[in-house]
Amino acid sequence: MSGNPFDWIALAEYSAIGLLSGGLLALIALGFVLIYKGTGVINFAMGEFMMLGAYFFYTTNVMWRLPTLLALVATLAAVALVAALIERTVLRPLAGQPVISVLMATIGLASALHGGVDAVWGGANLEMPALLPRKPFTVGEILVPGQVVWSFVLAATIITAFTLYFRFSKTGVAMRAAASDPITAYVLGIDVRRTQALTWIFAGMVGAVAGIVVASMTSLSPALGGAALGVLAVIILGGLDSIAGAIVAGLIVGLIESLTAGYLGGKVRDIVPYVTVLVILLVRPYGLFGTRQIERL
Amino acid sequence: MRIGDFRASYAHDESLWPTRVQRAWLGVLAVALIALPFGANGYQVSLACMLGIHVIAAAGLNIMTGYTGLISLGHAAFMGVGCYTAAWFAQRGVPFFLTLPLAGAMAALLGLLVGLPSLRIKGLYLAVATLATQFVLVYVFREWDSVTGGVRGVNVPNASLFGFELLNDQRMYFLIAPVAVALLVAARNLFRTRVGRAFIAIRDKDISAEVLGIDLLRYKLAAFAIGSFYAGVAGALLGYFYRAMTPEYFTLQLSIFYLAAIIVGGLGSMLGTLLGAVFMTLVPELLRGIVASIAQWAPSATEILSPVQQVVFGLLIVGFLVFEPHGLLEIWRRVRRTFHLWPFRA
Amino acid sequence: MPMADAPLLQVDGIELAFGGIQALRDVSLTARRGAITAVIGPNGAGKTSLFNAVSGFYKPQRGRVVFEDRDITRANASRRAALGLARTFQNVALFRGMTVLDNIKLGGHTRLHANPLTAMWYLGAAHREEMALRREIERDVIDLLEIDHVRNLPVAALSYGLQKRVELARALAMRPKLLMLDEPVAGMNREETEDMARFILDIQEERGITVLLIEHDMGLVMDIANHVVVLNFGQVIGQGTPAEVRANPEVVRAYLGSAAAAAVPA
Repeated sequence: MSGNPFDWIALAEYSAIGLLSGGLLALIALGFVLIYKGTGVINFAMGEFMMLGAYFFYTTNVMWRLPTLLALVATLAAVALVAALIERTVLRPLAGQPVISVLMATIGLASALHGGVDAVWGGANLEMPALLPRKPFTVGEILVPGQVVWSFVLAATIITAFTLYFRFSKTGVAMRAAASDPITAYVLGIDVRRTQALTWIFAGMVGAVAGIVVASMTSLSPALGGAALGVLAVIILGGLDSIAGAIVAGLIVGLIESLTAGYLGGKVRDIVPYVTVLVILLVRPYGLFGTRQIERL
Repeated sequence: MRIGDFRASYAHDESLWPTRVQRAWLGVLAVALIALPFGANGYQVSLACMLGIHVIAAAGLNIMTGYTGLISLGHAAFMGVGCYTAAWFAQRGVPFFLTLPLAGAMAALLGLLVGLPSLRIKGLYLAVATLATQFVLVYVFREWDSVTGGVRGVNVPNASLFGFELLNDQRMYFLIAPVAVALLVAARNLFRTRVGRAFIAIRDKDISAEVLGIDLLRYKLAAFAIGSFYAGVAGALLGYFYRAMTPEYFTLQLSIFYLAAIIVGGLGSMLGTLLGAVFMTLVPELLRGIVASIAQWAPSATEILSPVQQVVFGLLIVGFLVFEPHGLLEIWRRVRRTFHLWPFRA
Repeated sequence: MPMADAPLLQVDGIELAFGGIQALRDVSLTARRGAITAVIGPNGAGKTSLFNAVSGFYKPQRGRVVFEDRDITRANASRRAALGLARTFQNVALFRGMTVLDNIKLGGHTRLHANPLTAMWYLGAAHREEMALRREIERDVIDLLEIDHVRNLPVAALSYGLQKRVELARALAMRPKLLMLDEPVAGMNREETEDMARFILDIQEERGITVLLIEHDMGLVMDIANHVVVLNFGQVIGQGTPAEVRANPEVVRAYLGSAAAAAVPA
């Protein structure tokens, strides 16, 4: 028997970090779920919204030296504008087209946005200011970096705010109605087109915030765009149309990523979400909470 | 409407090129294809070789996505599988007429593996599954040193047939061109039979297909496997053509490139595949030329060639989907219709 | 018109529920070989649910579906198709990306044998079976339903009435033993309806195919049906010959209300 006791501290640390960083993943997943629930589209360009948010913030905050809050507002406004433009010029003409077409359109969009950002800002790693306090939190012997904790708090706040908004506000309820049955909603006087535009704007802003936080925690480069694709694993696990599922799945994927990075090394970390997707598809294709689609004959 | 186009037998009615004019043009094309390497310069011949490879890969993707409605974002990864398979066998002296089908078979096998769980459910999930496969496979290409040579890549010996080696592009052309033509015609033939019709039925209304006795899972797997086979062969030819290959070639960007090719050319049509492949072979060359000329006064311009390509591919996909969903094929057909009755009718 | 007495299709005590809704309640019916059986009833009576249960899309909670003395309750839709069941849909379910001819050829799918390899090579066996299928379709289906003038058109370009005819043609190409038609003349004008009635009668007389149809057009039903089954709220409330059913007060009440039922002579 070896003399080394099992390192519980390490396990606890990896788990804590994993769960907490899953908060950010859940936030990105929220962006996907918003658009899917709101418009029935899987938005492959989510990662590019993150990129836009991070790069716009970099431009306003670092290059133009605007104060953080102002830069944030300007960034969100810019991303909202881009999202609304995309909804208007790409998604709306394709309404009613088969799912495949819209899916491929978002893929094309992702490619165009990715290339655009790469072309304008260049491919080099850029330094983002640290937005979240770095001071680590200690519980007993477990040490968790401050940024991870605060990113979780931020994500949880935003997700809670959205959930409450959809539940209780007039616009939120209108959006849910339009998502579930656009024709009836239209007949009831709800401006379905406006709610769909709003859905994209919200999703874009959520992505932008997530992008800014991720970039400030790591670094800013075009590779940021690929981060969201891993989050699609979250979506599959949580079910495409369930916000609760997105949250749980985000935490789980964060946990798995952290544990594999801790015990198997950093390189494997990149493909963990993808391997997870393939495994899940084998076992439980509709995810934890997703609704099985019933076809009307 | 063509004048004087009479069909006296069902066989004639069902043939691929029923009119005399079409057959004449076909003859001209055949002569041109054979004569090309002798009349064109080295650059043009290598471009023609790339076109052949693009045609094969795009045909495979069109079978899966255009005709059957199964979205694959992992086509490039399957090409990689074919490439490394062919390289492995070629390094052990296997002649190309064996390595090519082996490469295709390996890719098809992998396609079956990926397809089995994911084809039971709807399109979006398949897209994500193929995306996951794309990333996982590239990771494998990078890490599995012993077989793929890892990040440094692999050297592919010259394609050889019992000692006769295809040393240069000219000779490679006479391998690639016939294979491309054969595979293109074979793909078109699929859709003259019940197999192809079943694929289209699955795309258009799979419930009706079921009622007609079509086993959905079986046929979806077949479409996926055939498409992957084509990808594998294209990848193998790519390896022989470049004589070396690294994992960096088979990225998501390449998968999107082929998606753009079939959308631009025309989903669900082999002529569309051809048009799209030609278009997408020329676009990067055009972009390269533009960037090179800009680089004369802005030397850093060459850095943005790759991202500009991404922007152009993305815009092509979105643009065609919004404005011309049937692709170049539709434009071609409009032009052809004008000429059918020319000069008697505009 | 000779008719064997053994039923081709026997539906016994089908119970079908979705969530809280009971769509079918103890529904039994018989489709006699070579006869035209019509299923009628107000909207929401469960007619299409019954069809879906018979063709294999819904699995009933209780009850049996017996086809040619074979219990097919557990069989899936494509298996039932191979056994000789063909159906059309309420909303035309043609393949919009194909021509009329290709749509009809799909009816012959289970009788062909091409696999991907023989298909890609095409010459030889695949070509032969394609030509044989084409000849058969032209002779047996296109001629009968008078659609030769549109055979090479994409189905999306056809009028609604012609599309429904093509759907019928496709079902016929399956060489079915039982043909299930879901509202074959819905949305058609008088002339189209009469054409369709003529076609259905031809199919019955010349091919001896058993027909089960759902219809709202009482004129059509009374004219061509041999046997009528009436559904209301998921239950069978009457059956018999068209004349018997028309005189049945329960049926009249279901359609027209109780005042009308009282006016029916006993």
